[in-house]
Amino acid sequence: MKVVIMGCGRVGAQLANLLDADGHSVAVLDTNSYSFRRLLPDFNGTALVGNGIDEEALKRAGIEETDAFVAVTQGDNRNVMAAQIAKHIFNVPRVICRIYDPLRQELYSTLGLEAISPTTVFAEILREKLES
Amino acid sequence: MYIIVVGGGRVGYYLIKALLDEGHEVLLVEREATICGAINDELGSVCLRGDGCEAATLAEVGTDRADMLIAVTGDDEDNLVACQVAKHKFNVPRTVARIRNPKNETLFKKLGVDITISSTDIILESIETEVPTHPLTHLLTIRDKGLEIVEVKIPPESTTVGKLVKELSLPPGSVLSLIIRKERKPVVPTVNTVLRAGDQVIAVTTPESEEALRATLRGA
Repeated sequence: MKVVIMGCGRVGAQLANLLDADGHSVAVLDTNSYSFRRLLPDFNGTALVGNGIDEEALKRAGIEETDAFVAVTQGDNRNVMAAQIAKHIFNVPRVICRIYDPLRQELYSTLGLEAISPTTVFAEILREKLES
Repeated sequence: MYIIVVGGGRVGYYLIKALLDEGHEVLLVEREATICGAINDELGSVCLRGDGCEAATLAEVGTDRADMLIAVTGDDEDNLVACQVAKHKFNVPRTVARIRNPKNETLFKKLGVDITISSTDIILESIETEVPTHPLTHLLTIRDKGLEIVEVKIPPESTTVGKLVKELSLPPGSVLSLIIRKERKPVVPTVNTVLRAGDQVIAVTTPESEEALRATLRGA
């Protein structure tokens, strides 16, 4: 499948490397080319400098033909906006975004966005570990 | 009216000043403590320090009873989220967002922002109005009807000078509404009105017919 990942931080880069190793066609977008150092030397996908909340940059990354879009930049709002552009403007079949703020994640989940809050997930993992 | 403004930059600051003068109940939400302090020192307790995109902050300032929320931070994404939280979580009747990228207008409208204001577009429109070389000026857009009101100036060298309105073949969806003559006299055009040099023709048209209307009125 074709995947566009916005944000090449630790999570974005690792996801890109994993999907690439599985044989998927991956495009990574980041505003800072320095972030691409996190991609493995044998990474076969594309790395593009650009802002994921700009339609032009998303088009260059191949948003029009992609099967999935993942927004994992450091900014909750940027992820939310990019994910909504992917979903509502480009009709990408699968859109997932990271939202740190649990309240915001809850709201956007009710609005139909597939949003994951690492804050909630990690807190739950910690609780499980401590209580078991 | 109770109006919440998100973002205490220059736009936010002058906006709440003007709204307070008009007698509205206004509250500003700003992330930076120093900016907040300075505004409160000057204008009284009108500014709360917090993140206007966070539901908890908006609950604290009583967003559920707000008549309007205006998001004027410098970032489009923050303005979008503040408006969406206000709209979907607190049912604020009117949400207004400032946008930097004019292309975001369609997206924002689709996502529950009632009004978008693009400074880029406003400056462009002023240029169109102020620069006389521009043959067609947009005066007003009626978005939900897909219509716009435009002004076309008839220059003296135009081949349509001296023609009757009925001799023009206007493009579909276009209606001439008003002609403003040199002596500032407005005339409601009829089929027998003669176009004169220097006329300012105000017309209703569609974005698709706009170019054809300009060509018809000024002669190709």
